[in-house]
Amino acid sequence: MLSATSSSDSNPAITFENVRIGFEEGDILRDVSFQVRERETLVLLGETGTGKTLSLKLAAGLLRPSEGTIRVLGKELSSMPERDLLEFRRHIGFVFQEGALFDSMTVGDNVAYRLQEDGVKDHEIEPRVLEVLRFVELEHTVDLFPSELSGGMRRRVSIARALINQPPIVLYDSPTAGLDPVTSQTIITLILRLRDVYGVTALLATQRLQDGFALANFRFDPAAKRVVHTVSNGNAAAGAKFAATRFLVLREGGVYFEGGQEELAGTKDDYLKRFLV
Amino acid sequence: MTLQVLVADTPLQVAGREAKTEERITVAAVFVNAAKSAVADVQEFAILCGRTLYAIFTPPYYLQDILQQMDNIGAGSLPIILLSGFFIGAVMVLQTGSQFTRFGQSSLTGDVVAIALVRELGPSLTGLLVTGRCATGIASELGSMLVTEQVDAMRAMGTNPIRKLVAPRVIATLLTLPLLTAMTDFMGLLGGCVASIFSLRLGAIEFWRRAIDALDFADLMQGFTKPFFFAFILATIGCYKGLTVRGGTQGVGRATTQAAVLASVMIIVADAFLTKVALFLANKLF
Repeated sequence: MLSATSSSDSNPAITFENVRIGFEEGDILRDVSFQVRERETLVLLGETGTGKTLSLKLAAGLLRPSEGTIRVLGKELSSMPERDLLEFRRHIGFVFQEGALFDSMTVGDNVAYRLQEDGVKDHEIEPRVLEVLRFVELEHTVDLFPSELSGGMRRRVSIARALINQPPIVLYDSPTAGLDPVTSQTIITLILRLRDVYGVTALLATQRLQDGFALANFRFDPAAKRVVHTVSNGNAAAGAKFAATRFLVLREGGVYFEGGQEELAGTKDDYLKRFLV
Repeated sequence: MTLQVLVADTPLQVAGREAKTEERITVAAVFVNAAKSAVADVQEFAILCGRTLYAIFTPPYYLQDILQQMDNIGAGSLPIILLSGFFIGAVMVLQTGSQFTRFGQSSLTGDVVAIALVRELGPSLTGLLVTGRCATGIASELGSMLVTEQVDAMRAMGTNPIRKLVAPRVIATLLTLPLLTAMTDFMGLLGGCVASIFSLRLGAIEFWRRAIDALDFADLMQGFTKPFFFAFILATIGCYKGLTVRGGTQGVGRATTQAAVLASVMIIVADAFLTKVALFLANKLF
């Protein structure tokens, strides 16, 4: 594994320790260890089949590791009973690659789903649903079905659904995969807003390094209500206090690189350079 | 820079994985693997059934989903049940009536149709028809949800899919299949009556009187106990096949077919055992 850097002294929100998971075809992840600190964004990079989605599902407790321990928000997931895991997952937001919206429900019902499950009263649900839909700029789609939305809109609804109960951690599975550059930028802006306005800790799996660099180089300014560059007037130190984005590259089932944007951008490693092209 | 030195020294292509050697597959290995797979399937199905029963008998319940499924499985199956039941009864009269007429006992047709329908044909045919319509529907619906990660999304939001998806379907089938069976029985007798009137010149009152007199409590017990078992079989197999789909949309198609075939066969097999048990109990109790 390449050298790691840690930019923050805050508590780890997600910790993987020597995690191994395998299926019939062999191990997918072997001896994987990393941490994501509170309010930090860790970008998981890797080719298809390197275990990015698997890592997210492990962090959400949707899968159990064959070996090793996973702690999220101070709770040990590996040995947690399924009943407790269901309760735990209510504190985690998960944005699936294709949105995974319930196709038989309207956008409004999709977003309201978790609140309905929690027994929140109807008159409280509606304003909260509209608020998060407004956040993703899709308030007008509340009565539409997912099949009536474009791919980018479905991802945004998925983000809104993940946000409805304001989770401290959001897991993003390739949120910009298969989207055009403009729509991808919209999604990244949303992720920036979540990080910089609500202080959400994020684990983001992607194959697109530019998404990670965008998260590292930009921040959402709530006062100006727009995205601004983290390094203003060439002052990298000033920018560093905003940028809490690190990168972790998975390869052959293990952690191949872990570090900040500068190390990754300046790498001379041939494999890592493939992501930089 | 340390980072780059480490990169250069890392044997990337090896990384602890040994080169794959081609394995020779023997006939015995194929049978052993098939047997292992079958045992694993039975084990997984048994676990699903156990969890479903636990979800059925313990709160919370998704009443809205149960009602929705009752509408889909019960009310939705009504047209095919009514139509099939009517013509099954009519065909039975046409097939048996001529034989009874030869011995001058055409009035016995009502007895035969009633006993055959209530004891056997009503429950099993209803079970098979609902399997064709609903077990496949359940498998394809849940399979599609699984491959589009909707089931994972549900779990990620803290919902137990057994309670939300499986239990409502099983409860709805358990509640509606006996009612559908009663409808099949009635429509079968109605179809038999119509056929008797037109082909055997038998009076409607005589047909119904003989049909009702022929039935005793043991027949009704047998006829209305079986649907509960058939309902559990068809709903759980549909759910199991749907929730274990492998291979994307093609897998959904495969699971749908397997659900229909497996549930139909299991209903017929279960029918044989249930009939034996029911006849034994009828002799002992009544």
